[in-house]
Amino acid sequence: MSNKESTSRTLKVALAVSLVSSVFVAGAAVSLKPLQTQNRLLDKQRSIAAIAGMGGRELPAAQVRALFGETIKARLVNLETGEFADDFDAVTFDPLKAAKDPQQSVRLSKAEDVASIKRRERFTTVYMIEDAQGGIETLILPIRGYGLWSTLHGFMALKGDLNTVVGLGFHQHAETPGLGGEVDNPRWRNQWAGKRLFDDQGQLAVEIVKGTVDPQASMAAYQVDGLAGATLTSNGVNNLLHFWLGEQGFGPFLAKLRSKEA
Amino acid sequence: MAKLTPKEVLLNPVFNNNPIALQMLGICSALAVTTNLNTALVMSIALTLVTGFSNLFVSLIRAQIPSSIRMIVQVVIIASLVIVVDQTLKAFAYSLSKQLSVFVGLIITNCIVMGRAEGFAMQNPPMLSFLDGIGNGLGYSMVLIAVGFVRELFGAGKLFGVTILQPVTEGGWYQPNGLLLLPPSAFFLIGFLIWGLREWKRDQVEHNQFKMAHQVRKEAF
Repeated sequence: MSNKESTSRTLKVALAVSLVSSVFVAGAAVSLKPLQTQNRLLDKQRSIAAIAGMGGRELPAAQVRALFGETIKARLVNLETGEFADDFDAVTFDPLKAAKDPQQSVRLSKAEDVASIKRRERFTTVYMIEDAQGGIETLILPIRGYGLWSTLHGFMALKGDLNTVVGLGFHQHAETPGLGGEVDNPRWRNQWAGKRLFDDQGQLAVEIVKGTVDPQASMAAYQVDGLAGATLTSNGVNNLLHFWLGEQGFGPFLAKLRSKEA
Repeated sequence: MAKLTPKEVLLNPVFNNNPIALQMLGICSALAVTTNLNTALVMSIALTLVTGFSNLFVSLIRAQIPSSIRMIVQVVIIASLVIVVDQTLKAFAYSLSKQLSVFVGLIITNCIVMGRAEGFAMQNPPMLSFLDGIGNGLGYSMVLIAVGFVRELFGAGKLFGVTILQPVTEGGWYQPNGLLLLPPSAFFLIGFLIWGLREWKRDQVEHNQFKMAHQVRKEAF
């Protein structure tokens, strides 16, 4: 028997261990992949459904699938022209991947980039629920931006008037639990329902204020309480809302929709 | 060295030779995943399984491992196990794996796993090594769950996500202690835990490594 410490023996052991381990790891990764993709999709869809007020976060998987099969439709939007597009399949299109691809995204200048996202995709996916006449009952827009530690990824649902908020929530972030993490707190999120985004002149007026909103104030319908102890996360949410509702975000799209409605 | 019985190997690490409280290993993840009991529990199970099985596999091939690459071989085995655990969590407990995020992957670099593989499994038969891994995992779990219990109960007023003390923000009476949700609080809690443990088992108290000299006043010139 050859010496355990010899070079050839060392190489053989290294090779054997690597081979066995890689088969083991690859096997697990490949066999579990379909379940994982399903989980990710389900998680996102569940969050969209919750924000649109179509059921809680605990909605069973079958119901979520049914909801996305019939009621909630994905549509692709060209953010530059503000029109619906068919360049990609809206269901499988991944806006986040597109935002990383120089071909499919634009670099934002410092002044434009209030949400600190660096690049913005040219196309994105929005979700809509149509009413009986084929108009928009609920419009769900993806939003994202930097808080204190992390990029917050979420959705905002608007009523058909494109001004009243149905709900807002983030499905992915890494803010401090208990402080910035309170963006997940249902009590904070519920405040958003019924708030208005644009004032009578059509100017973006929605705002997260420090402390609590005075219900007597003339702007109370546009204001939301800040998160206690999480000023930077609150600012981040405020900024990302202003970005996505502004000219660089869904501004052109909302304007087109409004002119069609009118 | 006295012969080790399986029971000793399994239970010693829980109180007598606790990896966190006595050996001061694995503190990083003990700070990071103990904000609530769900993540603490899942992390404990993951680490216990990984330590157990990595010890088992390392011990099985210990006679074949050339000493020049033994650490690399151990890390390859540990890393493979951790990836499998991570993938399994993503497939079957997606929301928990989202909360644990990077920390499952970081089990690879957890000193407890590596320490047991190198310190125990390389010299002992497979079954005993397996039990040693599970035992050390239990010791780690004990600390994690104790810390997680205090942090979740007093930091958020909940246990396993179920509200126990109704916090003020949800219309109750309890003012949650925000510090407990931040990582530094775990340092205090682990410190108190070690203090308590050493009051109970005096032999764990370490001797001073040096003596403080008396303060001497020196004039400026």
